[in-house]
Amino acid sequence: MSFVLVQVIVGGLLLGAVYALFSSGLTLVWGMMNIVNFAHGDFVMLGMYVAYVVYTLMGGGPILGAPLATLVLATLGVVVYFALIRDIMKGPMLAQILGTFGLALLLRYSVFWWFGANFLSMPQDIVGGTYAFAGLRIEASRLLAGIVALLVTLGLHLLLTRTSLGSKMLAVAEDQTAAQLMGIRPDTMQAIAWAIAAGATGLAGALIANFFYIVPTVGETLGIVAFVTVSLGGFGSVPGALVAGLLIGVIESLSGYLIGAIYKDIVVYVLFLFFLWFRPQGLMGKM
Amino acid sequence: MNLKHVTGLLCAAAMSLALTAGAQAQDKVVKIGVIMPMSGGTASIGAHAKAALDVATDIINNAHPELGNFPLAKNAGLAGLGGAKVEVIIADNQGNPATGQNQALRLITEEKVAAVFGSYQSGVTLTSSAIAEKYGVPFLNSESVAANLTERGFKWFFRTTPIATDFAKIYTEFLADMKAAGAKTDAIALVHDNTEYGTSVANTIAGAFKEKGQPIALDVAYPVNATDLQGQVLQLKDKKPDVVIMISYTSDAILFAKTMQSLDYKPAVLLADDAGYSDPSFTKAVGKISQGVFNRSSWVVGPPGSPSAIIADMYKKKSGEEMDDTVARQMQGFFVLADAIDRAGSTEPAKIQAALKATDLKPEQLMIGYKGVKFDDKGQNVLASGAIIQLQDGENYVSVWPKANAEKAPVLPYKGW
Repeated sequence: MSFVLVQVIVGGLLLGAVYALFSSGLTLVWGMMNIVNFAHGDFVMLGMYVAYVVYTLMGGGPILGAPLATLVLATLGVVVYFALIRDIMKGPMLAQILGTFGLALLLRYSVFWWFGANFLSMPQDIVGGTYAFAGLRIEASRLLAGIVALLVTLGLHLLLTRTSLGSKMLAVAEDQTAAQLMGIRPDTMQAIAWAIAAGATGLAGALIANFFYIVPTVGETLGIVAFVTVSLGGFGSVPGALVAGLLIGVIESLSGYLIGAIYKDIVVYVLFLFFLWFRPQGLMGKM
Repeated sequence: MNLKHVTGLLCAAAMSLALTAGAQAQDKVVKIGVIMPMSGGTASIGAHAKAALDVATDIINNAHPELGNFPLAKNAGLAGLGGAKVEVIIADNQGNPATGQNQALRLITEEKVAAVFGSYQSGVTLTSSAIAEKYGVPFLNSESVAANLTERGFKWFFRTTPIATDFAKIYTEFLADMKAAGAKTDAIALVHDNTEYGTSVANTIAGAFKEKGQPIALDVAYPVNATDLQGQVLQLKDKKPDVVIMISYTSDAILFAKTMQSLDYKPAVLLADDAGYSDPSFTKAVGKISQGVFNRSSWVVGPPGSPSAIIADMYKKKSGEEMDDTVARQMQGFFVLADAIDRAGSTEPAKIQAALKATDLKPEQLMIGYKGVKFDDKGQNVLASGAIIQLQDGENYVSVWPKANAEKAPVLPYKGW
């Protein structure tokens, strides 16, 4: 195998891990309450801006910026749940779509108003440059994002399957009334789910900010990828999002290098549709 | 409703009529519709353009004796229309050709603008100017460079900026000079997005080099607003071209700079075709890792006290940014349009069209480094020109070519970071 090809695949895997990281929040919210959060991409964007503000105000890198972005977005997640989601969940599907879409535009244009439309960027070496071994080059910031992505996805999976909190959340997802009869408060569980989902998304944003540009519309660019990742992985499945993210990352990289970048999206989406034809529930989703 | 109410209402109606009539007599307003990307991936361009047009309307609508003989500056308003003020109505094209088209329709049919100005992206200018053509309203474009825009036989379309064919010529000459100075410029790669701008400019440049007997060695196309560009940079790293010409908007330009550093790729000559590389947020975000990139520009700030220096100052106060080539071309284009309306002495489309056709501005009447403004039958400014600038210190571009106007000598090879 040619040497460049190894670099392409490694790059694709790291990219895919990041795709997985910022998709896990979307899949969690769907799994818990059947809501597609169209503001998801803009949550990522907010996470990036929190990290940037932390950097400019306090000079801190991801060690400070990432936890703060997680905290800020988790809080926002709870606020959004009580102020918006709880009510629109009772409404028709269209109200849910338009509600979260409206939220997306509100967040995007608030950031426009406050920060302006200019592109921002973290210093290139904020996480410590690039590792080079045997000619292979791996950016520290991408490696960090990739490792955190794996840990967070694993953590989320364990939380849902191995803890009593996870069981309670799943119980609410399964049957709200029955869960309530068992003494579980659906409101609390769903608010926690929003906090976790938004927090993970904020963390993803803060880590992506280290190697991507920051602009109010970046959520549009990244949001689409999250939706494809989640539907390929299976709506509601956290491990599914991980596998799908890695798969999409590698396919994008390989097709971008081998047959040209303007065709890479065609390759990804053809494979995606072809796959859904055989398995409409996605890789690991339930019917 | 009794009689008292009716008389009251009638009185109010009469008063408001009288008031509006009075207002019209005092300040006649010429509406100019402006279509710009105010949101979407290139919203920073729209924000800069808005600040620039605020400064331009200030210069036109108020007396600015400090600008000397600069057209429209001396007196308040348009003298040819009895001191009428210019009003800019901005419409957001979202960087989307379909939206741009709808906005042109709205500006013309609902806002009843005297002329349309825009629309940054060549793809959007293509669709929005077609509406102006259909309705017979003058459309002035100051910054879209796709060659085909003036090849459509339009009668209402005028363009002040130098276009892809002009730049292609500049690039071939510049690289020939660099070769004569000892640089290796044999294998040329074109990197461009898949928009109207990216594909058409790439085609024009490829054609120009082919004519010189030097076909393009590598063509790397990518989808605009890419999430990842590692594959493309690795392609370049693999094929090792001597010269890489970048045709990219801001978002992709920034991502390319970052990816090139992380994959440790530096071509000997990196030459950018304006657009993203002229956006001040590009230099702020990644200027320090793009040291030595060449770029094209028609903007050169004059000595202190010259109109271009004063205008650049006004713009900086308004926007907080340094004047860049794109903004300067937009302001210049707007002045050309306002000048034509002034000479037309009317807001009638046909008269403005005739005045635009008769435009003959000299270099000393401009704020930008064109050899003048004069339109050919297709509406293209035949006196538009440009120069090559280089980001030597990673912060500010300096002019390096042609030698006659250069502030510094070009530095090779590309330094990067």
